Amino acid sequence: MISLRRITKRSEPYVLAAIILLSLLIQVRSGQFFSGNNLVDLARSLIVPALFSVGCMMVIVSGGIDVSFPAIASLAMYVTDKLLLASNYSGNVILAYAISAGLGLLMGALNGFLIGFLRLPTLVVTLGTSSLYTGLMFGAFSASASDVPPSIAKHGKEILFTATNPTMGLTSNMPSQILILIAVLILAFFLLRYTMLGRGIYAIGGDETAAERAGFNVRGIKMFLYCFVGVLAGITGIARISMMSYADPSTMLGMEMTVIAAVVLGGTRVTGGMGTLTGTILGVALMTILSNSLILIGIPTYWTRVFTGAVIIIGTGVTAHQTISTRRRRAQSQKAAA
Amino acid sequence: MLPHTLTGREVAMAASVLRVEGITKSFGGVQALKGVNFDIAPGEIHCLAGENGSGKSTLIKVVSGVYEPDAGKIEINGQQFSHLTPKEAIGLGIQVIYQDFSVFPNLTVMENLALNNELMDKRKLMSYKRARAIAGNAVSQIEFDVDLDERVENLSVADRQLIAICRALLQEAKLIIMDEPTSALTKKEVKALFAVIKRLQARGLPILFVSHKLDEVFEISERYTILRSGENVARGNTKELDRKTFVFHMTGRQFEDEFYRPSAAKREPILSVRELSLQGAYSDISFDLSPGEILGVTGLLGSGRTELVETLFGISQPDAGKIFIRGKEVRIKSVKSAIRKGIGYVPSDRLTEGLFLPQSVERNLAITALDRLSDHFGFLRRSAIADMTRKWIGELSIAAKSPALPVWALSGGNQQKVVLARWLANDLSILMLNGPTMGVDIGSKYDIHVLMRELAARGLAIIIVSDDLPEVLACASRILVMRDGAFVQELDPSATTESKLSELSTGIA
Repeated sequence: MISLRRITKRSEPYVLAAIILLSLLIQVRSGQFFSGNNLVDLARSLIVPALFSVGCMMVIVSGGIDVSFPAIASLAMYVTDKLLLASNYSGNVILAYAISAGLGLLMGALNGFLIGFLRLPTLVVTLGTSSLYTGLMFGAFSASASDVPPSIAKHGKEILFTATNPTMGLTSNMPSQILILIAVLILAFFLLRYTMLGRGIYAIGGDETAAERAGFNVRGIKMFLYCFVGVLAGITGIARISMMSYADPSTMLGMEMTVIAAVVLGGTRVTGGMGTLTGTILGVALMTILSNSLILIGIPTYWTRVFTGAVIIIGTGVTAHQTISTRRRRAQSQKAAA
Repeated sequence: MLPHTLTGREVAMAASVLRVEGITKSFGGVQALKGVNFDIAPGEIHCLAGENGSGKSTLIKVVSGVYEPDAGKIEINGQQFSHLTPKEAIGLGIQVIYQDFSVFPNLTVMENLALNNELMDKRKLMSYKRARAIAGNAVSQIEFDVDLDERVENLSVADRQLIAICRALLQEAKLIIMDEPTSALTKKEVKALFAVIKRLQARGLPILFVSHKLDEVFEISERYTILRSGENVARGNTKELDRKTFVFHMTGRQFEDEFYRPSAAKREPILSVRELSLQGAYSDISFDLSPGEILGVTGLLGSGRTELVETLFGISQPDAGKIFIRGKEVRIKSVKSAIRKGIGYVPSDRLTEGLFLPQSVERNLAITALDRLSDHFGFLRRSAIADMTRKWIGELSIAAKSPALPVWALSGGNQQKVVLARWLANDLSILMLNGPTMGVDIGSKYDIHVLMRELAARGLAIIIVSDDLPEVLACASRILVMRDGAFVQELDPSATTESKLSELSTGIA
């Protein structure tokens, strides 16, 4: 049963409306927005933040926060890259993904252990491990931009199709990594909606004590969650360097802020318990359009940061306002009922 | 032990659903339970009463498997245990409805009802079809009319409680324990809850009703067990219990019948209200209040009583009428101007409106007097704050181990005293209290009444707004009954009765 009232209370429609308005505006001013190559470029820029955002959203839904995923992704991909280069491996890229995912799993498991079993606060733990992993990468491995092994380079050249913009003569390739994003989205959708594990993530975010009393394995769920984020980060790391064709250890660092902002913009409640994949992807899409396409209407790049900031403030502000007004209305109706 | 207790116990021993014997439990050096005996028979509504800290909650946690007792026996349907795990307790059909209901506010009614079941069945996948069937069945059992797709956070407190009850029924409950189930409900909701409890009883389900509220114990329960400081002090049939004995067992104190008589000397009114009106709330209100008086304003919820005192505290502005303080006409434009005129107000929900719960007693006390507690440069004077705190903790005998303790660590009665002390620390001449003892246990309630009378005797003018009629009769020197936004009648508390008051406030003879 879906009523209009319930739809207007959600934030997805507002984000969608913002995306439509913005793209129409850019289209009218530049005539370039809906060109094939721009859309493919957008999709291409969206892959990495969108992959990150799926795990990030799940953590926020559970009532936590994770800022360590870019560090995990960077260290996992860098170690994998170096390993494969050193061993002159030239086989399938699947191995690269597997090693990186495995390293991500280990790093995520440390988060999961500290958060699930020692019950330490999530922000503090992930800030700590983030710093630890980045430090290891630059210190122990003295990381610097490096080549990628042939398997990854080859994977980076796999393209699904090419879009050409006849007026400008520009072409853009749709990378095969978009298939990974689609697979992850399908998996996450099924996990969140149709498994008890997924419902447990929402339950913990709603009320952790109640979840424990109901019989959810709260520690186990948290352990899974941070491991999942780690694996996803490892995979994202390889996807990123394969699209760039070289392994830059600092290319993903700092992305946590925009990803978290996109997730929150997409209607995920910062205090946990609420959040959808649709909203998250819409949030990422809006942020990507802002940072990629404003240049089409002649807004200089440094201004896009101002716009991005403004959208985050307005977006989260609207969500917060909605929450407050719902609460107030409820209090009033309760008064009236009494 | 009293003779009737024995007969009650003999009956129960024949076939009790739950029986505990000689349960002891201590935490660190504190003995929370000192050999408690207790039993409940099939289809019985049993009340477990006791003041805060009497060991009620500990006992429930022992029975539901959260705590392991140090000694004693637990017998459930004839099976004996030395202790239980939470899983075992649930498996044996013991269901606790916690005060916070333990629901998931972010999930739908359907999921809240079905999730526990799915977990018990060790399911890995979620079927919404099955969940809907389970939930539909659950709500129909107690004829609870609710939209299964609504998020629980959008429901009223009473509905959330019903969800917790439905969920307990789904777990094949053989005993439902309700921990202070009425503390957040309105009177109407309490009635509805009692109807549900009766319906459950009719199906043969025993209910353990945990409460410290006298009226509820009398209204709903058949037998009672009273705990005080971790000991059984009384057990028996509720029919054979009277109020005075109940209060004595709860508190271990004998209370004198309370009355307040202001000193005979007639004083000039400090506050006079003339033909005050506020659209949609109250109209044409006039009264005088002198120092030393306690004016009781009573009436039903929605009679305008709260809006009236809120106007006097500057929260809302009257549409018409005049307010005089010491004979001079004043306008109370804001809370700040009310405080400057020496008016204080303690709202009804002290927990959310009056106190900063995580902050220390000291800081809570200092907050309204910061002007006087700081030096010329606006820096706070630590010693002045400490002196003031010490003074008021002593004066009102606030039971706080240390002024640095957060306020939430205090009992309800002591929290209320902190609110009072804060106002008294400002040079106050008029103090208004809205539901001064709501949610406070009997002992503290009595102490607050004594305190109010002392304050009045020292020359403070007090207005109490309350629908607790015995309280109004006990404290007020004059009673004004409000109905539909107007004063119906002024009464002398020594010459009126509870039934007369309730007649006047409802308009039903």
